[in-house]
Amino acid sequence: MAATKYLSRLATWLRGRLRHLLHAGRDGRFARIVGLLGGVLATASAEGADLPEDQADLMYHSYIGGGVVANGPAMLIRKSISDSVSLNASYFVDMVSNASIDVVTTASPYREQRVETGVGMDYVYRDALISLAATHSNEPDYIADSVGIDAAQDFFGGMTTVNVGYTHGWDTVMKHGDPSFSQPADHWQYRLGATQVLTARWLMTLNLEAIADDGYLASPYRVARVFGAAVPEVDPSTRSSRAAQLRVVGSVGANGAVRAEYRYFWDTWDIHANTTELGYSQYAGSRWLLDAYARYYSQGHALFYSNDFTSEMQYMSRNRQLSTFNDVGLGAKASYTALREAGRYEVKVGAEFERLSFHYNDFTDIRTGQLYSFNANVFELFVSALF
Amino acid sequence: MKPRRVATAALMATAFLVGGCGIEPWVKPYERERLADPIMQVNRDPLPAKHREHVYDVREAARGGTGIQGGGCGCN
Repeated sequence: MAATKYLSRLATWLRGRLRHLLHAGRDGRFARIVGLLGGVLATASAEGADLPEDQADLMYHSYIGGGVVANGPAMLIRKSISDSVSLNASYFVDMVSNASIDVVTTASPYREQRVETGVGMDYVYRDALISLAATHSNEPDYIADSVGIDAAQDFFGGMTTVNVGYTHGWDTVMKHGDPSFSQPADHWQYRLGATQVLTARWLMTLNLEAIADDGYLASPYRVARVFGAAVPEVDPSTRSSRAAQLRVVGSVGANGAVRAEYRYFWDTWDIHANTTELGYSQYAGSRWLLDAYARYYSQGHALFYSNDFTSEMQYMSRNRQLSTFNDVGLGAKASYTALREAGRYEVKVGAEFERLSFHYNDFTDIRTGQLYSFNANVFELFVSALF
Repeated sequence: MKPRRVATAALMATAFLVGGCGIEPWVKPYERERLADPIMQVNRDPLPAKHREHVYDVREAARGGTGIQGGGCGCN
């Protein structure tokens, strides 16, 4: 209730600021732009946005591949406290046993646990849904915090939904065995998206996201190689990236849906990446929902990446995440509605499996000298209750 | 008319056309039953969607633009 009162005060304050700005810029370009925006806002439908349904989800997740085993539980709870406010909390545990190629060739395998907790709030005001979120992630040598706000607004009688969002994250990078090592890294994420109803069967979504990073962006453990000799990795302390994704989803046949997604990514480290995903979903009877998808990802290497440098540079990395590689994913998901009472509750159980294959074009296994590649299996088992 | 006034008039006319008259929804609310079905939501199960995103995020250089929010971590 206190939260509602606070948001109402915030809305009043924002209205006051807007009125002040309009007055101050009456003869200026600003007033005209605001006038135009006001006209567009006036077309918004009077139906109102919906709060997310109350929900309790549990999941077990597992990733096995390339010498890494990561698994653990996750949980999400969502509960409305009034007609316009819903609160949520999440918990995600990653128990990691790491014997990846980087680790086995330069250090000793290790085990560690990451715990991420999150809290959030959704607030509906007319046709707008405003979401606030905060997360805290904790590992023995890395702490990450973030706060974010997202707003979604329906336009043109619900034909178009526009989303804007912002997240600020601040991390502390530490190092095992070196208590004096502690470096900050800040991240700013800006999101803009729109979903458009094309026909009674087709939807299209365009998402744009810009991310800026500043701080310690390397790994304190990883090494680069110069003429085969190991030297500490040095990454630039800033990075700025852009991503644009287009997604089309269509209802096909009596009980099916098909989707296609493409994302183009580029950043100031000169990495360019393409992601393409195709998926098909199908109801089988009244209780089963089946999904199958294929994903292809490829990227070019960063300016300062080399498998083995031939001269010493200011920035040097042998992080294979910054190398030239591609990966292919083939996945399937099945969910079964175990209990259902229309308008009251629904409980479903589901499982998802994805097989990933990574192929590196300029990263070698230094034990064999061969180009590196590996396969991974990703698995999730979940129970979801809507009420 | 000065170009500035023409621009203002054009902007006002656009605002009127776009805002005042409104765009008639060519798919009526009662025709959106299929669009509202959960099958049309790509990330309909938030936890598995978040895990998938996390798996890609820590292994690929590309990030963002997917509509799924993840927290930071030092997982790579």
